[in-house]
Amino acid sequence: MSPRQQASEPPALELRSVSKRFGDVVAVDNVHFTLTRGTVHALIGENGAGKSTLMRIADGLIPADAGVVRFFGAAPKAHDARGAARAGVGMVHQHLSLVPSLTVAENLVLGGSGLLRPVETSALLRTTMESSGLRVPEHVLAGDLSIVEQQRLEILKALARGARILILDEPTAVLAPADSDELLRWIRAFADRGGSVVLVTHKLREAIAVSDDVTVLRHGRVVRSGRAAESTEADLARAMFPDTLDRAVASTTPAAGSTIITAEAIVVVDAGGVQRIGGASFHIRRQEIVGIAAVEGSGHRELLRAIAGLVPVSSGAIQLPERVALIPADRLREALISEFTLTENVALHELGRRRGLMPWRELSGRTAALLDRFAIVAPSPSAPAWSLSGGNQQRLVVARELEHAVDLVVADNPTRGLDIRATAFVHDQLREAAARGAAVVFHSGDLDELLSLATRVLVVFHGTVSESGLDREAIGRAMVGAGSGDGAGSAA
Amino acid sequence: MIESFALADLGQVLDAFWRGSLGTSSAFFSGTLVRAIPLALVGIGLSIAFRAGVFNIGGEGQLLLGATAATFVGLYASALGPIAVVAALVAAGIAGAAWATVAAYLRDRFGVFEVVSTIMLNFIAVNLVSYLVRGPLQEPTRVYPQTEIIPFGARLPHLWPGTRLHAGAIIAIVAAVASWWFLSRTAAGFRIRAAGASPTVSRTTGRVRVDRVTFGAFVASGALAGLAGGIEVSGVTYALYENLSPGYGFSAIAVAILARLRPLAVLLAALLFATLETGALGMQRDAGVPSVVALALEAAIILAVVGVSGGFRDAPWRTWRASGATVAR
Repeated sequence: MSPRQQASEPPALELRSVSKRFGDVVAVDNVHFTLTRGTVHALIGENGAGKSTLMRIADGLIPADAGVVRFFGAAPKAHDARGAARAGVGMVHQHLSLVPSLTVAENLVLGGSGLLRPVETSALLRTTMESSGLRVPEHVLAGDLSIVEQQRLEILKALARGARILILDEPTAVLAPADSDELLRWIRAFADRGGSVVLVTHKLREAIAVSDDVTVLRHGRVVRSGRAAESTEADLARAMFPDTLDRAVASTTPAAGSTIITAEAIVVVDAGGVQRIGGASFHIRRQEIVGIAAVEGSGHRELLRAIAGLVPVSSGAIQLPERVALIPADRLREALISEFTLTENVALHELGRRRGLMPWRELSGRTAALLDRFAIVAPSPSAPAWSLSGGNQQRLVVARELEHAVDLVVADNPTRGLDIRATAFVHDQLREAAARGAAVVFHSGDLDELLSLATRVLVVFHGTVSESGLDREAIGRAMVGAGSGDGAGSAA
Repeated sequence: MIESFALADLGQVLDAFWRGSLGTSSAFFSGTLVRAIPLALVGIGLSIAFRAGVFNIGGEGQLLLGATAATFVGLYASALGPIAVVAALVAAGIAGAAWATVAAYLRDRFGVFEVVSTIMLNFIAVNLVSYLVRGPLQEPTRVYPQTEIIPFGARLPHLWPGTRLHAGAIIAIVAAVASWWFLSRTAAGFRIRAAGASPTVSRTTGRVRVDRVTFGAFVASGALAGLAGGIEVSGVTYALYENLSPGYGFSAIAVAILARLRPLAVLLAALLFATLETGALGMQRDAGVPSVVALALEAAIILAVVGVSGGFRDAPWRTWRASGATVAR
C-alpha cells in the first residue's frame, strides 16, 4: 500500500454534487466522489447503477447537469474530453476502441494533432512501454493483438498522453484469470508509483483485493463509501443489493442422459485458415452442463462454434442435434441487431428456416410474453434493442434462445458484463435447460463461475481438448498447459 | 444569354421553373410524372439492394441493358401483336437482372467490391448501346444513331388522352407497394433487412445464408432497373439511342437514400427529383437560363433537400462496411 497523501494535498479527482438525468431517468444523483492521489478507488454497483455515466462525466464525454469536477484541485476551463485529457485523465472503456487496421504505434497517437512522425511515434511507444512495464508487440496491426494486448495498448494510449488518472471500466471482464491477476498487480504498482486509478468493476473480490477505497453506487446514489480494508464482500454485496437473498449454490447431481454429441478426431479451422482444434474426441450427454475452460486464443471459441454447428469441421466426424440454442459472447455483434425492435430480434431466431409471411402479430405477442416471463425491463415489444440495458439485452437473448425446448445450449461467456442478479438469472436458465434434458456447453473466462455451474469440465489448451475433474487447481494447470498428464486427449 | 440576374429576372426564372414542373397540367402529366417513373423503379430496386447491404451503383447500366432488351424484343417479336409489350418488359427485367448478376457473381465468388464492378459495368453498358445504335441495331436509313421505332404492339398505352403519361406509372406504383409488402411482411424480405443490418447476427443467430440473400437482393435490384429501362423505351422513347437516360440510374441512388430506403417513400422522392429536373429544364427553355446553370442549380437544390432532411444519415455505408468485410474474408 502506498502511503496515503496528506489531507492538505488536493485529490487527483474530485466530483462534488454531480447529477445527470436522461429524460425521466436520474442516472446520477448528487454524487460525491474523491480519488486520492496514489490510490486505487473501486467503483462498484449493479448494471445501470450509474457507474459508467459517472465516469463518463469525469472523463468529459458527457456534461453533468449539476455539480463540479476538479482535477488536482482545479476545475478545468472547459470540461470536455479534451479538457479532461489535458488535466491528465485517461479512460479505458469496456468495449475497446482501437482501430484494427492501424498499427500499434499509429493507434497510440490517434487523436493527436499535427503530422504523423513514425520514428518519434515508435520512440514514444517504446518509452511508454518501458516506464509503465506494459508490453505489446510493436510492428503489428491492432486487430491482430490478443484481447489482453489490446487492453494494454489502450492503457498505453492513455499513458502516452500523460494520463496520471486512469479510469478503467470493467477491465477484467474480458480477461482470463491469470491475465486479470496480472492486470490487477499492474494497477496496484501504478498506484504505488503515484498514479491514481478508478477501477469500475462487478467483482467484489478484486475490488477489495486491489483498492484503497471502495464506493458503491445504487440507483445513481452513493450508498456506501469507505476504506477497502474495512469492507468485506458481504458488506458490499448488501450495499449493492439490500434485498439480496443468500443464494444457495444449487449443486445439481451430475445427472446424465443419452449421448447427444459425438465428436471423433475433429479438426476445426478458423476463418483465416489456421487450425485451431486439432483432432479432438469427446461425447456430451443430455442433462450435462459442460464447462469449457481455456485461456484466450486456445481454440475454445472455434470449438464452441463447431459444436453449435456454425462452422463445419474440416476433418473427423461430429454428430450434432437439430435444435440448438446459441448464446454468443458478444451480444451486440452476434445475437442482437440494436436498431431492430425486440419483436424483430426475437424473430431472428432460426430466421433462415422461416418460409412465407412473417406472423408479426403473433411474434409481438410472444415477445410481450417473454418480457413478462423473464422479467425483462423494456417499454414494449416495439422498442429498439439499443434502448435496453446490457443486462436486459442478455436476458432477451437467453429468453429467445431458451423459450422452446432445445437439445443443446451453446453459450460463450453468457454472463459477461452482467451484475450479480442478471448472472444468477442466466445460471438458473442454463440449469433449468439441462434439467429439462438439454446438454449445455459453455465457456466462461471466470473459473469460479465455470466451477459453480459446470457438472463436468473440458479444458482446451493449444487446440487439444482434455477431460478435467472439478478441481480448481488441476483445471488452472491444464489451461496453461501444465497439466499432470492424466488428461490424455480424449474423454468419455 | 443572360450575363447577370436582376431581381425581376428571378421572378421570371421561378415562374419558368413552376410552369416547367408542376404549374401546368401538361408539364405535370407529360413531363414531371413521366420522368418520375424510371427514377421510382430504379430507386425501389436500389432500396432493396441497399437494405441488404449491397451498394449497387450500377442502376444506370442495368437500366440501359433493360432498354436494349425491350427494344430488341419490340423490333423482332412484332408477331406477338399486342402482347409484345409484355414480352419486351419481361425481357428488360431479365436483362437488367443478368447485368446485375455479373457483379453479384464477382462479389460472391471473388470478393470484388460491387461499387467498382457496377461502375465498370455502367461504362460497358453505355458503350454497348453506342455500338448497337450505330451498328447492328441502327435504323435502316443509316442516318441517325438510333434504332427503328418499335411497333404499336410493343408500346405501353397512355393513361390520359392528350398527355404522355403512360401505363408505366401503374407499374411503378405496384412495384412500390409490392416491395414494401415484401420487405416488411415476408420472411425473405426480413432476411434481406437482417442481412443488411448485421450479416454476423443473421449468420449466427438466424442461421441465414447471407451470401444467398444478398445475391438475390442484388439481382432483384437489377431486374427493377432493367424494367425501368424497358418501360422508358416502350412508354416514352419508342426507340433505343444514346443518352436515352439522363442519368436516371445515378439520380435514383439519391432518391433511394432520401426515401430512407422505404419503397413507398421512394415514389414521393422520385416525384420531387423529377420536379426539380423538369423545373430546371423549364428555366432553361423559358427563362433562358443556361443549361449548365440550370443543372448546377438542380444539383444544389437536391443537395439542400437531402441535407436538410438528413437523408444521408442512415445511408448504406454503415452496413456496407460490415458486408464488405465479410466479402473480403
